[in-house]
Amino acid sequence: MNAWANIQTIARRELGAYFTSPLAYVFIVIFLLLCGFFTFLFGGFFVRDQASLAMPFFFWHPWFYLFLVPAVGMRLWAEERRVGTLELLLTMPITAWQAIVGKFLASWLFLALALALTFPLVITVNYLGHPDNGVILCSYVGSWLMAGAYLAISCMTSALTRAQVVSFIVAVVVCLGLLLTGIGPVIQSLSNWFNPAVVSAVASCSFLTHFGNFEKGVLDSRDVIFFLSVIVFSLFTTAVILRGHRRG
Amino acid sequence: MIQVDCLTKLFGTKRAVDGISFSVERGEVLGFLGPNGAGKSTTMRVITGFLPPSAGRVAIGGFDVVGNPISAKRLIGYLPENAPAYTDMTVAGFLNFAAEIRGLHGEKKKQALGRAVEMCFLESVLHQSVDTLSKGYRHRTCFAQSILHDPDVLVLDEPTDGLDPNQKHEVRGLIRRMGATKAIIFSTHILEEVDAACSRAIIIDRGKIVANGTPAELRRKSDLAGAVTLRVSGVAASVVSARLRQIPQAKRIAVLEEKNHSVAVCVYPKANAADGELPRAVGEAAQGWRIEQLQVEEGRLDDVFRSLTMPDTQK
Repeated sequence: MNAWANIQTIARRELGAYFTSPLAYVFIVIFLLLCGFFTFLFGGFFVRDQASLAMPFFFWHPWFYLFLVPAVGMRLWAEERRVGTLELLLTMPITAWQAIVGKFLASWLFLALALALTFPLVITVNYLGHPDNGVILCSYVGSWLMAGAYLAISCMTSALTRAQVVSFIVAVVVCLGLLLTGIGPVIQSLSNWFNPAVVSAVASCSFLTHFGNFEKGVLDSRDVIFFLSVIVFSLFTTAVILRGHRRG
Repeated sequence: MIQVDCLTKLFGTKRAVDGISFSVERGEVLGFLGPNGAGKSTTMRVITGFLPPSAGRVAIGGFDVVGNPISAKRLIGYLPENAPAYTDMTVAGFLNFAAEIRGLHGEKKKQALGRAVEMCFLESVLHQSVDTLSKGYRHRTCFAQSILHDPDVLVLDEPTDGLDPNQKHEVRGLIRRMGATKAIIFSTHILEEVDAACSRAIIIDRGKIVANGTPAELRRKSDLAGAVTLRVSGVAASVVSARLRQIPQAKRIAVLEEKNHSVAVCVYPKANAADGELPRAVGEAAQGWRIEQLQVEEGRLDDVFRSLTMPDTQK
């Protein structure tokens, strides 16, 4: 059995599981409602009178993901450990890595689907004006990568505990930390205490800084590598945590 | 097919499994007995590769479970404690997933699924969601998952737990039949299952093996093994005891019952008494009495179990 086939089997199972429970539908509906609501009302889409989705729409993504993505990721490993299916899964002829990657990819694909379903907004802005669709595409890519980073962190917290709620809370706190390090006031107050090199190092760890570049339409490899690094590091830590539970 | 050498598993400072060694070959069904917390499930989890051993080695079909896990796991079918299954899937979906993970596709997968469903009587619940199944059906679903790929080795943790007597009978029959061509190890609390399905049994207590042998060999360890139960009428118990006490092979006499002129006694043999000597001696000593029953006891597994393992409360 080759690795990719195993990953696919696991991913397919996980994706199917999303849609047999209300989870997928609730998530997608809420995400789309929030996007619509915030874009057109709070985001001031019409007030700005600009053919751009950056401020009205993409601006909110890091904040939506903050509480929605951990809700998706919290069950990934916590549930397996609670129900006991982890024992079944890890005694099959697969490696723990194949299971981790399979579950992550399934959830990431699900998030891609939710993002893709926001296409009416793209159609709207194209109908009303002449936006730079390249910037919009770039922003979508950045948003998806960022969602992956949130998701990987949620995988990691999910592996820590059998209680989904704990996983959710810890994931939110960690992600909030990674967000806040990129906010103006926080950077300001940090620069009062630490030298500029440290401050810029901390700021460069922020999701907001890197996502901001995507929003501007800049497809910089450094930003892509940042998000991919967070994903790889979190999944690696997930493997370590899972192994640690069994080592006793 | 299963080779366990000096297996030790520590959880922090607690020795759940302490230097266990045994082997199971094809055609053998090994029963794993022991009080709760003795280390049965932990041993099984190490054998199947879920937990890494703290010391020692486990080999399945020659493959080291730690060094070559994928090859070893391919040979194993495992039924974990509590028979877990994905609650968000149907029985058919779950078995289909298990089949694909095991590398079965297309026609082979269909045949394997059909066979497993038939052997476990799951036809009527195939399209039911796993979380709506009764305990018996969930157990059988998980059991079906373990035999899908016709593995050479079966590791079953309490396979009849929570099943009704009919279902227990079916599962034991299934294990016995499959035991002819596979190496099977299953854990149980139910001593009558040992006779029903096992060719050999191991008793574990607090992480160590305290007995290892065929059910007959284990029964012989009981005090009661080889004892003679005698029931006579028309004689007083004291007379019976007095005469029987004189038998050289008799260790002690226990009066079981005395009512309605009928006396039942049990004569325990001395350790060095040869087979058949005691019954013959008792028969001779009982000359002149009206014998209603004369029976040679086989020994009881629960006596052996109790004498070899400490009760939970004393740990």
